[in-house]
Amino acid sequence: MEFFRNTNIDFLGKKWYFLTFSLIFSVAGVLSMAFWHGIPLGVDFRGGTLVYVKYAHPPDPSAIHNEIERAGLKNARVQRYGQAANNEVLIALDIQETSEQALDKGKTQIIQALESHAVPGKQDLNNSSSLTIANYLLEKDPLQLGSGTDANPRYTTIAQAIVNYRDKTKSGVLGSIDELKSVADPAVVASLEDNFFVSDFGIRNVEIVGPQVGGQLRRQAILATLYSLAGMLIYLAFRFEWIYGVAAVLTVFHDTLITVGAFSLLNWEISLTVIAAILTLIGYSNNDTIVVFDRIRENIKLLRRDKLADIVNKSINQTLSRTILTAGLTFLTVLALFLFGGEVLHGFSFALVIGILIGTYSSIAIAAPILVAYQEWRGGRGKPPVAMPLRSGTGNRPAQPKEKVKV
Amino acid sequence: MNKNLTWKLVVIVGILLVFLGGILGIPRDWSGRGLLASITKRINLGLDLKGGTHLILQVQVNDAVNVDSDNAEARLKEDFRTRKINYADITKPDPVNHPEMIIVKGVPPDQTSDFKSIIADRLPEYDATSGAENSWTVSMKAQSLKDLKDRAVTQAIETIRNRIDQLGVNEPVIQEHGLGDYQILVQLPGVDDPARVKEIMQSTAMLEIKEALGGPYSSEAAAYQDNGGKLPPDSILMSGKPLHASDSESGEAWYLISRASAVTGRDLRTADPSQDENGQPAVRFILTSEGGRKFYSFTSTHVKDRLAVVLDNKVQSVATIEEPIREQGIIHGRFTEQEVQDLSMTLRSGALPAGIKYLEERTVGPSLGADSIRSGVQAAIYGMLAVLIFMLVYYRWAGVNADIALILNLVILLGFMGYFGAVLTLPGIAGVILTVGMGVDSNVLIFERIREELRNGKTPPSAVEQGFGHAWITIVDTHVTTIVSAAILFIFGTGPVKGFATTLVFGLAANLFTAVFVSRVIFDWVLSRKQRGEALSI
Repeated sequence: MEFFRNTNIDFLGKKWYFLTFSLIFSVAGVLSMAFWHGIPLGVDFRGGTLVYVKYAHPPDPSAIHNEIERAGLKNARVQRYGQAANNEVLIALDIQETSEQALDKGKTQIIQALESHAVPGKQDLNNSSSLTIANYLLEKDPLQLGSGTDANPRYTTIAQAIVNYRDKTKSGVLGSIDELKSVADPAVVASLEDNFFVSDFGIRNVEIVGPQVGGQLRRQAILATLYSLAGMLIYLAFRFEWIYGVAAVLTVFHDTLITVGAFSLLNWEISLTVIAAILTLIGYSNNDTIVVFDRIRENIKLLRRDKLADIVNKSINQTLSRTILTAGLTFLTVLALFLFGGEVLHGFSFALVIGILIGTYSSIAIAAPILVAYQEWRGGRGKPPVAMPLRSGTGNRPAQPKEKVKV
Repeated sequence: MNKNLTWKLVVIVGILLVFLGGILGIPRDWSGRGLLASITKRINLGLDLKGGTHLILQVQVNDAVNVDSDNAEARLKEDFRTRKINYADITKPDPVNHPEMIIVKGVPPDQTSDFKSIIADRLPEYDATSGAENSWTVSMKAQSLKDLKDRAVTQAIETIRNRIDQLGVNEPVIQEHGLGDYQILVQLPGVDDPARVKEIMQSTAMLEIKEALGGPYSSEAAAYQDNGGKLPPDSILMSGKPLHASDSESGEAWYLISRASAVTGRDLRTADPSQDENGQPAVRFILTSEGGRKFYSFTSTHVKDRLAVVLDNKVQSVATIEEPIREQGIIHGRFTEQEVQDLSMTLRSGALPAGIKYLEERTVGPSLGADSIRSGVQAAIYGMLAVLIFMLVYYRWAGVNADIALILNLVILLGFMGYFGAVLTLPGIAGVILTVGMGVDSNVLIFERIREELRNGKTPPSAVEQGFGHAWITIVDTHVTTIVSAAILFIFGTGPVKGFATTLVFGLAANLFTAVFVSRVIFDWVLSRKQRGEALSI
């Protein structure tokens, strides 16, 4: 099977279309960042409190919001999260409610507010750790084990089984204590009923980031991105010519800008994992660019008489099959992540989905035209082209196997 | 088959076995469940997959500096008195921002050399610089200050580790968090309700036994009034719990306490939960022999005086010295059983050199972790199947070659992680999937080049040779750039993100071997079995 054979598309001739396309997306993103949604930073960078709650029944965000407001927490944001069938809610508090003096105060207040139907004097089994349950059982001793040495491990195992059942089989929320009869002795269940009740929710995940760490992570994300770009620039300048490095870095910058712009346009939050995805894209987009550049370098030596524009076009066409195939396959895997990878990875896989499309496009539509444009600009000033990447006769390049097999 | 090829096959099978060992160890039970158990034992799951708590806390190193400069200040006063140096005033102008700074005012010019020699002899870690009007700034040397702060962090890590170990948390991570200033990263797998652990970690547990000079008073004002409006020298007021609920109407009690301590937490050998004479929960402690000597000499000169047990600058209990005490004592202060257990534990683990502040707290409940594993593995399997099937359809027999290389790539990646004890996180699973997607790129590059060479009329063996030769340089370039960005992620990232960088780096490194070496050997093997001129299935 073969999708592309001997294509001969004049990519450089379409550079004005590409430029328009890129400009529209970049400018839309920049405008959104400047005037509309800004750069929507996640809790990692902004600081604040996030509590993910899973309910036993479909939750009502406005009722939850009211309960929290009544508890004295202003400006809480309550929204449905993930697939509707999961009954999950995300409760977010601003950084103002998250001081470093009492980092988890907001979280504690939220949990107290949600436990409005608590049974006085009883503990919430859905939000108790296995340690709490084990300690309770050890004290009450429903199985009449006495104070023998095996009581502690026995009850610890039972408590772990209960928590496992709640968390793994029931996804974190028990409907009633009776449900435990399938995993625990009736005497244990009866004893639990004396001291515990089940609320209609379980805490799935808590993220609290204080202002100091938020600022620190913000700085690190920017530094990591800059170092990554600098690393590329240096490596490419060393392996090719500096203009190749510049072209590749400009291309990657274009990709990053459009990806971040997409997050801004959609008002999706940029978290730490999204930054990880963006750094991966920087690597991926460079891959694509390098493959084309490598071919240009090879063709420049073979076709010394040709114009650079023709060589570049020919190189893009020769690698087109590979470019599309790889992009398609990587896209398939990333799409699997986006569709099946779960809510936690949504932002991450979305950044990759966008980035792979843009990264593939840009290696053809941005990187190569930059090379040619630079050449023409140099030519216009009466200087000879410099984009002869392999300085013949210097001989200090790494050994190249392809020289060996040349016929 | 030629000898060279046989050797290469042996190498590949050997590597396969070695890395399978990395994933599985040596399983005792070869059933599906036994294999799964040995995989989960070898591959470390991150907190986001197995549930647990991630904390970043900051050591308030200025506390430790303040303690040191307080001591220095006291020593200076003492020495000025014995050496008869006059001074107008000695203060610490800015304990919050410059805890290392002491200002001495009004040292007469003719005593300057005496003053300097005291600093040089008695406070070798401090420098004195002269200022206007005979004032001197005595400040800790930069290097000493840095050492002191670093020591506070190291000591805090030790203390926190002791405490967490005693709580029975499995495989906690407690290390300096190099990305911030004086920060410590604590990861507690399986702890999804961190409140109590946090409390225990945070308690400074600074125990001091001091002389109680007066009290209890019902308020600060009452204490001043009782002492004629001015506190006696070298004494301070401290609040504490009233000894009995009926002692004070306001529920608070103030004591006049000596500044100097008879013994401190450093003199402690051990502390255990116990009961006082009324059967109430209390903490019994035993001093070291050195501490016991100090305590004996103090108590024998202070019989009938009162002693206060002070914990974190709060008076816990006050008792009259009936007879000289050598090494045992009891702290009672209307504690609950739980408080007594936690207190004896924190006392045993030693005091924190400085207070700590929590900066970040993330808890992943086990139910979310389980769901994440399920969806991550599901996505990985679907993504991988899609790639494997596509390669088969598009490249036919060469697709089998690519698929073998990909699977081997995964085996090596997971084996690496098993051997190095690297942590697999949810983004790490994504990294595995991406490795598949980006790893197959090398195969595509090579195969497309081989097809091109075949189209140009080369024979299969020469097309294969040219295809690999030309693609090699490109593959190296692309891998290096991706590994550069992954390495930067590894340096800057923590937790889940670091896990992602790890899998990406290992995966791409393994890909260099599988896509180039292994694929080539398979091609050579296929070619060696073909008649000259027979077509290649690609």
